[in-house]
Amino acid sequence: MLAPATALKVEQVAVSFGGLVALSDMNFTVGEGEIVSLIGPNGAGKTTAFNVMTGFLDPTHGAVSYRGTALNGLKPHQIADLGLIRTFQRTSVFPNDTVYDNLLIGLHRQGRVSLLEAILGLPRARSSQRRLRERASELVEWVGLERRAHDLAGSLSYGEQRLVGVALALAAEPSMLLLDEPVSGMNASETHTFVELIRNIRDRGVTILLVEHDMPMVMSVSDRIVVLNYGRIIAEGPPDEIRNNPAVIEAYLGQGAARA
Amino acid sequence: MRAAVAILTIVAFASVPLWLRDPYLMNALITTGIFIIGAMSLNLLLGFTGQLSLGHIAFFGIGAYVSALTSLGFDAGLPFGLRMVHEPWPPIVGFVLAIIIAGFCGYLVGLLSFRVRGAYFVIVTISFAEVVRLVALNWVELTQGPLALTNIPSIAIGLPGLGDLTLRTKLQNYYLVLSVAVIAYVLIWRLVHSHFGRAMRGLMENETLAVSVGIDVTKTLTLAAVISAGIAGAAGSLYAHYIRIIDPEVFAFINTVTMVIMVITGGKGSLAGPIVGGMIFGLLPVFLRPIMAPEAQWIAYGGVLIVILFVLPRGIVPSLAQRFTKRPSRTEAVTPVAPVTFSKRDVKEHA
Amino acid sequence: MSEFLQHMINMLVLGGTYALLGIGLTLIFGIMNVVNFTHGVLYTFGAYIMFIVVHQLGVNFFLALPLAVVAGWLLGAAIELVLLRPLRGSDIDTTMLVMIGAWIAMQSGALWIWGGVAKSVATPFPDAPLVIGPVSVSWLRLFVLAAAAMLIVVTYLMINRTKLGCAMRATFQDHDTASLMGVNVDMIYTSTFAIGSSLAAAAGALLGPVYVIFPQMGDLAAVKAFAIVILGGLGNITGAVIGGFILALAEELGAGYVSSGYRDAMGFLIIIAVLIFKPTGLFARSERVG
Repeated sequence: MLAPATALKVEQVAVSFGGLVALSDMNFTVGEGEIVSLIGPNGAGKTTAFNVMTGFLDPTHGAVSYRGTALNGLKPHQIADLGLIRTFQRTSVFPNDTVYDNLLIGLHRQGRVSLLEAILGLPRARSSQRRLRERASELVEWVGLERRAHDLAGSLSYGEQRLVGVALALAAEPSMLLLDEPVSGMNASETHTFVELIRNIRDRGVTILLVEHDMPMVMSVSDRIVVLNYGRIIAEGPPDEIRNNPAVIEAYLGQGAARA
Repeated sequence: MRAAVAILTIVAFASVPLWLRDPYLMNALITTGIFIIGAMSLNLLLGFTGQLSLGHIAFFGIGAYVSALTSLGFDAGLPFGLRMVHEPWPPIVGFVLAIIIAGFCGYLVGLLSFRVRGAYFVIVTISFAEVVRLVALNWVELTQGPLALTNIPSIAIGLPGLGDLTLRTKLQNYYLVLSVAVIAYVLIWRLVHSHFGRAMRGLMENETLAVSVGIDVTKTLTLAAVISAGIAGAAGSLYAHYIRIIDPEVFAFINTVTMVIMVITGGKGSLAGPIVGGMIFGLLPVFLRPIMAPEAQWIAYGGVLIVILFVLPRGIVPSLAQRFTKRPSRTEAVTPVAPVTFSKRDVKEHA
Repeated sequence: MSEFLQHMINMLVLGGTYALLGIGLTLIFGIMNVVNFTHGVLYTFGAYIMFIVVHQLGVNFFLALPLAVVAGWLLGAAIELVLLRPLRGSDIDTTMLVMIGAWIAMQSGALWIWGGVAKSVATPFPDAPLVIGPVSVSWLRLFVLAAAAMLIVVTYLMINRTKLGCAMRATFQDHDTASLMGVNVDMIYTSTFAIGSSLAAAAGALLGPVYVIFPQMGDLAAVKAFAIVILGGLGNITGAVIGGFILALAEELGAGYVSSGYRDAMGFLIIIAVLIFKPTGLFARSERVG
């Protein structure tokens, strides 16, 4: 069976903040259509790695490329234009807009018409607006928030806001989605819904990379898991392998806890 | 419903000259209208992109000077022994040039906004306006400095088949200003409701998130600055051809503050806010004149600005609109929302 | 050459007072993150206090100066308590706009009370300047330089050697940590604003007698203060001092060798240039108070 084509490639990425080495010599790939999780104890460098991969931080060394295009030096909105969309842990919504309007903003990449056409209300602009509105409605339904569609996003519960955040990311028509601790703060039932959502998204052809702490969730949803500790990758493989990997267990529970 | 209100308002304004006979009040209305156009343009930056540009009067004044100089002609020396000579052109051309050149200056300021944001942006824009004022004051050969540019011709419109109509009377100027104001309003309205308007909103509410869905910060802010400056330039041009005298005092910081007070009081981020705020602060001095000296009035205006910021921070129009809608429009976020730009804004506009 | 030396002397005198302006604002802007548009008004206020105290109350010139500083301190504290404290936690531009409102109101108040005609303050110094070789400097200006230098030193000592100064520096670095360590952040804010305002008032009190006093004199002073703060880096007192002298130098040389009309433009041009090319200021060490 052919290995999937490479979507995201991280090569020898290192990040130092002054004297502090946050990441050293990170190498891994994410294949098209895979769901890969990045895990590790607190301080392992997951957030730093995530920010490098999404263009919010320049690596001190190394390169990240997506489908062959180097990401180094690109601005975040340019990376978004490549189809690489990320979510945020906090502030995942535009708080003073309705859920529906949030998605309209998220559809920015889809709605491009020239300013003149928009101002004059020419047919192309109007049909574009119509399509956007339809798409926004679709997305609201898809994440199950129809009943809250016209409420201010800032008034939603934490879990609901994360759903809006994902819907926003989907609105941007990603080919790869990077999720930053998507289920943190969610209860078991919300997490379960979310896992279903992620699977659905992948079934539509979107590659997914997520950073997460919730072990059961990670184990149940991932094709592959990459484990970081002290800025280095210490293990990589399918959930079953990782579950029993002594280095991983040691990293999380400390020495002496590794079972035979 | 909203369209009906808008049309009624326009009709109401259009009918004013039919019953208002007092030329003094008429004059006040015209200059107020011009300042409202300026305030609307400031609102585009302040209310819809969240950038506090306190040099806005620079675009207004540049528009005024460009328009005046275009229609008066000039003969000024440049470094290296060059001379700039220009024959007078029709004022309507001056109007167009004012928009273009002011818009270009807006472009420059917009570029700057990428380098410096927040408080520093405010300071830079103030400095820009002051430098322009000092140039206008000191480059006497071009601008006549404090002696002012005088005898600026009125705008003349060529009507096909009917010849030229020179807009000299108050009545004519009133309708000219009203027309430009309506056009500016519609332009801004369509802009705000477009794809571009949503990008501005996204940037203002959560810049990091906006950028992650592909919104280009520099492009959006710069475009907003260009349009905002162009509209201000148009207002400046109208001013020059109506008052027919322009001196460097047009760049005084107090004029920017006037527009700021109009926008903040009326409600930034609302389309009707600058109009309401403009009417209040444009006409109040007229009615207060018999009883309060101008300085005393300004003490009051400063006080009003402070009180509004404390009591009705969103301004009059959004606060009133909130009373009349059933939807809860300003709710505190359930989870703490970390501000990702240098300020949070509530942009529920109902105009 | 003597002309150049003359410019240098003028620069020193001017630079000292500019430094006071800059230090005051960098403290406020740096520690409280408030864009203080009333700084210029405090400058004007200090000058008018001199006028009132010397001419209308008949107090000795040398006593009037500390009175002006104290008055500035009180006014600054009042502004902070009435306008800024209730807004604690608001957007930075809400406070900015409130400061603008206060500026307009106060400046108009000055215009209303004293009128627009410039006033001057009689000084006890001899009219004949002190002549040293090719340069001459008036006794008044020498006094101004000395007073400014003394105030700068006092401020420096206060920030670096007193408990209050230590608390201010801590608050500058991190409000939350400072308050957790027992610093009364509210009190620090009021003190900072009061101190910064008193320095502006001092600058006005010193320069008022040198030039003339009129209600709008603070406007230019405010912008120059911002230029100095931007030059020197937010919260950086040493930077503010150096920035003050750099601005004075630019003004003197610009006025002397380019054109006197554009003298005041120097401040603005510096702001624009620095913010475009080096937004963190000329002294890009980590920003700190002290």
